[in-house]
Amino acid sequence: MNILVILVPAALSLGLLALAAFFWSIRSEQYDDPEGAARRILDDDKPPADEPRG
Amino acid sequence: MSCCADFRAQVSPGRTLPPDVEASVRHHNGGDSLTLHVPDITCAACIGRIEDAIAASGANVRARVNFTRKTVTLHWNTQADPSHAIRVMRDLGYAPQPLAISQEKDEAGRELVRCLAVAGFAAMNVMLLSVAVWAGADGVTAEFLNWFAALIALPALAYAARPFIRSALGALRHGRLNMDVPISLAIVLAAALSIARVFGGEGETYFDAAITLTFFLLGGRVLDHMTRERARASVRQLATMAPATAHVAAPDGGTTPIALSAIQPGMVLEVAAGERVPVDGTLTKPASFDLSLATGESRPVHIGAGEEVLAGALALSGPLRMTATRCAGDSFLATLADLQRAAEEARSRPARIADKAARVYAPVVHLLALLTAIGWVIAGESVGEAVAIAIAVLIITCPCALGLAVPAVQVAASDRLFRRGLMLKDGGALERIKDVDEAVFDKTGTLTIPALDPSVPIDPRTLAAAAALARHASHPVAKAVVHAAAAQSLPLPRVSDVVEERGRGVHGQLDGQAIFLGAAVDGEGLVFQGADGSSTALPVTETVRKGAPELIAALKARGLPITILSGDRAEAVRTVAARLGVDDWRASVSAGQKLSHLEARRAAGAKVLMVGDGLNDGPALAAAHASIAPADASDLSRTAADIVMTGESLLEALEAIDTGRKAHRLILQNFAVAAGYNAVAIPLSMAGYATPLLASLAMSTSSIVVTVNALRLTPRPRREQAAAPITAKPVHP
Repeated sequence: MNILVILVPAALSLGLLALAAFFWSIRSEQYDDPEGAARRILDDDKPPADEPRG
Repeated sequence: MSCCADFRAQVSPGRTLPPDVEASVRHHNGGDSLTLHVPDITCAACIGRIEDAIAASGANVRARVNFTRKTVTLHWNTQADPSHAIRVMRDLGYAPQPLAISQEKDEAGRELVRCLAVAGFAAMNVMLLSVAVWAGADGVTAEFLNWFAALIALPALAYAARPFIRSALGALRHGRLNMDVPISLAIVLAAALSIARVFGGEGETYFDAAITLTFFLLGGRVLDHMTRERARASVRQLATMAPATAHVAAPDGGTTPIALSAIQPGMVLEVAAGERVPVDGTLTKPASFDLSLATGESRPVHIGAGEEVLAGALALSGPLRMTATRCAGDSFLATLADLQRAAEEARSRPARIADKAARVYAPVVHLLALLTAIGWVIAGESVGEAVAIAIAVLIITCPCALGLAVPAVQVAASDRLFRRGLMLKDGGALERIKDVDEAVFDKTGTLTIPALDPSVPIDPRTLAAAAALARHASHPVAKAVVHAAAAQSLPLPRVSDVVEERGRGVHGQLDGQAIFLGAAVDGEGLVFQGADGSSTALPVTETVRKGAPELIAALKARGLPITILSGDRAEAVRTVAARLGVDDWRASVSAGQKLSHLEARRAAGAKVLMVGDGLNDGPALAAAHASIAPADASDLSRTAADIVMTGESLLEALEAIDTGRKAHRLILQNFAVAAGYNAVAIPLSMAGYATPLLASLAMSTSSIVVTVNALRLTPRPRREQAAAPITAKPVHP
């Protein structure tokens, strides 16, 4: 029983961490071109392209 | 159309973007950007090829390919010249087209996704706690878990349920009921009931149901938003067809600019070659014009002195002078736009299927809950308990599956069409196109496209050089030259310093010598001027568009009567109609006559599919039950049509009808799932057997079933690749 007092907040904070990571990934436009990202990874002899931010 | 901003005001000196491209340039504080639709990005290698070529071109323009949307976004600081990057792409054999994708951030969409994320996070954690309670936790443990669930669920609900509550309040304020009213009521009541039980220290809580419900419904909302956003992006603004300013000829021979709206009849205006005529007027001396905007036929037309020229006509020779006969608001172009607007408003759009469902659903659910409460009080239950059961009814009947049933199918359908080169403008079009029972086609530009006359032999070297120039032009005739060269698989030489003069042709340099492709000096016919100064006439005729015979045959096989309405001469229409096996055709039809034909058919109860591209088709496209326009159509037609085809084959129109039918079938199946779920859940909950566990299980299952069912519309990747190729294959120099 007492263990729940530690485990439940622990689970929660991990979940919050994931939520924060998801928010960050939306803000950095990682879902704008899912298909392109899947194909770019195969293209190796190139320095990373300039990511236009904005 | 005087509302359009003057695009010329934003053109920095030395830039040579065509006006329709220039109009879609976005200005940021760090520089400018332009998003182009490039339909022939088909493989992973295209990404590197385009980005590297533009980076290597030294134009100081950054390119970023978006493979999912098949777009290239160019970023540059204000000094650089993006037209160079566009030329680089054309040289590689791609065909970039301007696309007015909304570059202002889609805030509503982002808010929905954030709400979805919060709801998803809370739903997982609350479920974790609830499962423990359902599994048999009791006493202090259950109380502790419930308190924790409340701690997570209440802030999460306050954040994530806002879209529903806002919309429900808006509807109530106007005295209406929408789907969000029962949703909001269920969420709020479930939370309230659960808080009361947590404080009371007894009974099961509905936190889990409330937050899962919010999560699934938000999923539906996000999907719905995606379809709408894509529709909005594919609707191109009525671009700059009428110039925003005109030039008044001053007595001393100079000109002064004047706003379009300030033009009065009787003013003498000057129009330069390549400019559009601002208002209707009479010519002071003869000149030739491209009247394709009005008639759909792109052959130059000679107009004599004193004769009338209509607004929107493109001056091929000039500068010329004309006397205005009408104000801008009364000109031919404005009249046509009015006609189209009126037709759009007159078309009684059948209510969308989801709205119909919502109109029945909300009152029924509320009535059932009320009857349940009254019933239990009569049966001798305490008022508190009766209300709790009624709330359970509201929670369990909450339209989870219903909220997903339509948007999930529409996203899958519009995605399927997008991959086939069909841009759907709104979900309603999908519902309408499925029941068309008659088809009307325009001829020029729709059923036929210009082509070089194959009976006249052209020297391959000349043709190759002409095609190398034509690649850089956007006129349909230029495409005909490129096709003719591609048909003989001629290797194209590299030309430099290409400049397109709208309405005149294309200039360029081949091995240091000036070459030109475009209208002949007298405005009649297409000529190519080679490096040696020789001039070759390239005879242009018309050919049937790819896929047109197959489409007509397929529609006939389905029993759809087919009509061709064309503004062209009778002989030309007769030849094409005979080739396509269409008996019902009419020639020399004006825009107004096309519209009245469509209206007459609608009055007769027919559901007409209109396929057309010219400006004269705009009103008819707007009046049709469903309409399709090819991507090279006039702006007015693209705005009026429900679906814009970016591919070249007309056969894709059939895909649109088929997808519409499949989507309708899936929507009905999804409604059946939702109805089946309610048929089981409502009696159970009214009888007081609805537990939070049952509510969670039932809602999740039905939501997942409808979503998976909708996904059946997405094409399998392999097959899609085989079906995708569009004729314009990248040619590698």
